[in-house]
Amino acid sequence: MSAKKGLHLTLKIWRQKNTKTKGQFETYKISDVSTDSSFLEMLDILNENLINDGKEPIAFDHDCREGICGMCSLYINGRAHGPDTGITTCQLHMRMFKDGETIVIEPWRSAAFPVIKDLMVDRSAFDRVMAAGGFISVNTSGNTLDANAIPVPKEDADKAMDAAACIGCGACVATCKNGSAMLFVGAKVSQYALLPQGRVEATRRVLNMVKAMDDEGFGNCSNTGACEVECPKGISLENIARMNREYMAAYADRG
Amino acid sequence: MSKLDSKIPGGPLKDKWKNHKDHMNLVAPNNRDKIDIIVVGTGLAGGSAAATLAEQGYNVKAFCYQDSPRRAHSIAAQGGINAAKNYQGDGDSTYRLFYDTIKGGDYRAREANVYRLAEVSANIIDQCVSQGVPFGRDYGGQLDNRSFGGVQVKRTFYAKGQTGQQLLLGAYSSLSRQIGKGRVQMFNRHEMLELVIVDGKARGIIARNLVTGEIERHSAHAVVIASGGYGNVYFLSTNAMGSNVSAAWKIHKKGAYFANPCYVQIHPTCIPVHGTQQSKLTLMSESLRNSGRIWVPKKIEDSVAIREGKLRPENIKEEDRDYYLERRYPAFGNLVPRDVASRAGKERCDAGFGIENNETKEGVYLDFSTEIMKKGKESAIEKHIHNPTEQQIYDLGKAWIEEKYGNLFVMYEKITADDPYKTPMKIYPAVHYTMGGVWVDYNLQSTIPGCFVVGEANFSDHGANRLGASALMQGLADGYFVLPYTIADYLSADIRTGQIPTNSPEFDAAEKEIKDKVNFFVNNKGTHSVDYFHKQLGHIMWNKVGMGRTPEGLREAIVEIDEVKKNFWKDVKVMGETEGMNTELEKAFRVADFIELGQLMAIDALHRNESCGGHFREDHATPEGEAERDDVNFKYVGAWEYQGDDIKHEVLHKEDLIYDNIEVKARSYK
Ligand SMILES: Cc1cc2nc3c(=O)[nH]c(=O)nc-3n(C[C@H](O)[C@H](O)[C@H](O)COP(=O)(O)OP(=O)(O)OC[C@H]3O[C@@H](n4cnc5c(N)ncnc54)[C@H](O)[C@@H]3O)c2cc1C
Ligand code: SF4
Ligand code: FES
Repeated sequence: MSAKKGLHLTLKIWRQKNTKTKGQFETYKISDVSTDSSFLEMLDILNENLINDGKEPIAFDHDCREGICGMCSLYINGRAHGPDTGITTCQLHMRMFKDGETIVIEPWRSAAFPVIKDLMVDRSAFDRVMAAGGFISVNTSGNTLDANAIPVPKEDADKAMDAAACIGCGACVATCKNGSAMLFVGAKVSQYALLPQGRVEATRRVLNMVKAMDDEGFGNCSNTGACEVECPKGISLENIARMNREYMAAYADRG
Repeated sequence: MSKLDSKIPGGPLKDKWKNHKDHMNLVAPNNRDKIDIIVVGTGLAGGSAAATLAEQGYNVKAFCYQDSPRRAHSIAAQGGINAAKNYQGDGDSTYRLFYDTIKGGDYRAREANVYRLAEVSANIIDQCVSQGVPFGRDYGGQLDNRSFGGVQVKRTFYAKGQTGQQLLLGAYSSLSRQIGKGRVQMFNRHEMLELVIVDGKARGIIARNLVTGEIERHSAHAVVIASGGYGNVYFLSTNAMGSNVSAAWKIHKKGAYFANPCYVQIHPTCIPVHGTQQSKLTLMSESLRNSGRIWVPKKIEDSVAIREGKLRPENIKEEDRDYYLERRYPAFGNLVPRDVASRAGKERCDAGFGIENNETKEGVYLDFSTEIMKKGKESAIEKHIHNPTEQQIYDLGKAWIEEKYGNLFVMYEKITADDPYKTPMKIYPAVHYTMGGVWVDYNLQSTIPGCFVVGEANFSDHGANRLGASALMQGLADGYFVLPYTIADYLSADIRTGQIPTNSPEFDAAEKEIKDKVNFFVNNKGTHSVDYFHKQLGHIMWNKVGMGRTPEGLREAIVEIDEVKKNFWKDVKVMGETEGMNTELEKAFRVADFIELGQLMAIDALHRNESCGGHFREDHATPEGEAERDDVNFKYVGAWEYQGDDIKHEVLHKEDLIYDNIEVKARSYK
């Protein structure tokens, strides 16, 4: 539309047929990418070119393209969700890149997230951790108290909301040298620990979720804080500390 | 013969649902595990339904195409969810929510359904709070509310700008609990491609495992479709990229009627299109209209200067701004319903006042400067700051805005590289929500016995226009509180049926059909990608079945879509294999269905010789440019019956809409 300068780029992209085969980098050239385009739109254009050349397009995960579903991933130039901070890959725009640049694109790399194809990984381990206790055990029949019968101090509600904002993207795991899922699990544990409704089963919850997390093969947290830096939703390390406190208390409680 | 029996229970409006529940058949707890239910979709509607049905003791199999149920498109809803709680004591009630919804929908929704929705709305909030949804609160620890377009009370509950996310995570947590107990079998990365009907009843589906490419058979005593809306027929929309119509369209082809397909909501506050490489449009929540004022320059030369980059909006004086919504609709101002706001914006841009500096020349301003100063002053008083400087006021006001809408402002800045605290946002209408969908009766059952449809995928509660914050309400009402009752009534006849076998000729035939199509796509030696056709379709739809529709345009669209369909089947090129992950193949299946649906939308829009809600026919407008409804001839739901490959042969059935409890009036927001 408006006459903006198009970028010419070299892309080194990880290609892998499926979980069982070995992958390798392939190099692609792309030109005339608008600086207004998002990173994923740039990949769309590349895919369109590949299809026109009779080649298989690159598989990558995405859905909402609004930074909220947590589906997009990508390690871009060595960083989860690319060079900008506080955003997901779908919100990364090409104005962050320079003409003539080479961009390296890889999938999340973590033992708990096996590659499905190309840039797509399997994050269902997160779902299994949630099924182990990431909920409040209340029936969904609607036979509950009036909502205002459970007052929650605004500060607590806001903090719970900040923790609840996690989108389950897995950048924290991908960026952690130990592949730890503590930020993700800590966020969920914190949300419920901060709300009166969640207190009743807090002990069971944290024990079960931490066990599930370990069973899935996520590594341990060594407090380097890389996860917090790359988290698109600004989930803070405070949540890991709160989870540890909850865990210690629960562990002691358990005897 | 028409199968349209709406099954609306008798009795006074406010007792219908209660009476109905009292008299429905039940399935006893010890019999529920003899019954299997398939739920397609795990958004608010499907997720809440699957969790609740499992909790009641049925065996549930749930499907979604994403890698996790937590990513369903409901996650993207920003603004909030309505409920008639009257916590603010501003006169809200079940009746008022019901009334606003019917009126907002331009009197094209079913009275009994909407009343039930309003009735259960208060319960939804209770339920979600007990599940740990962190709604916004005031300092007394009580729930806070905001207001949305088309209403004059504050009834919208919110969780920052991430209400849909929090509600969905609430439903997902309940679903997770049932998955953990083994009550729900969850099929992630699975797409339903066909419905299987045995002896006239929905008895299963054919799904494709998107990771392995395997075609699978799944049987059940009932099938629930909760697959969301079809806005992506326009290619560019606010919907997630994978949102599609396939599940709904497949059941339509198997006998479910499709109602009011032409009712599409065009949302007034989206970020304008920036270029031809664009894949998706982004919504800026309607809640922003509580604080933002919408305007374009009064003088056309100012608009031209802005477009040419010679003038900044901040430099246009107050008296040279046209706050056209406040001017035209003094009673509601910037809070008129979406259809009205969208059309008014289009009208200004068509008249040459648009401000975007690209070839579309579209876009209007959403300006927060007045609110920033107003809230800044209020905040200064509250904080006992006497004689605050302009800068102090601005900073306090900015902090207030940030607390309320911070994430939206960040999102806007990332996309446009403009700072909306300093310069007004640019917005323009975009395709957002589809009020049409599969026809269902009061029990949410389609015209196929045993096939239920919930959430945005059905047509039921919003009429020709949906008021803000009511889709979330409908999704959860259907899933938590309506379907679990009504489906039991149907299933009570099935406790002796036993498991439904998947080796029947019906399953064989359905599977073969899908396998043939898969093979066709990957082997077709075409020359154009799936997106190429999708964009062509989208272009026709936006220009001719979009915000303003004319009979000529619609007739052209019907013919042009035929052409796209022919070319698609001749010339589509799908790279990759039948086995393993193949995202192009997924798209091909979806676009094939969008093409057919698009044509039906044009046909429906052509037959409806009136304007109502999202359906604005330029040949049916008042001299002031307002929509002109025709209640005498069109006060009905138009439900289409499939008649084979040529969509032009679909047969129209009418369900008359009867309003016993409210007076049908012209819709005015003046
Ligand atoms: C950007 C945005 C903001 C919005 N903001 C608001 C708001 O503030 N308030 C409000 O009330 N409403 C809002 N809405 C509308 C509201 O979010 C949706 O109408 C609602 O969430 C739809 O819920 P659903 O459960 O019907 O469908 P969805 O959430 O769309 O879920 C569809 C499900 O079906 C699955 N699916 C689809 N097809 C298949 C298939 N063939 N096989 C298997 N699975 C399939 C998907 O995987 C998904 O799980 C907004 C919408 C958008 C786009
Ligand atoms: S904690 Fe942050 S990085 Fe980790 S999954 Fe949640 S949103 Fe993503
Ligand atoms: S695609 Fe949804 S967060 Fe990026």
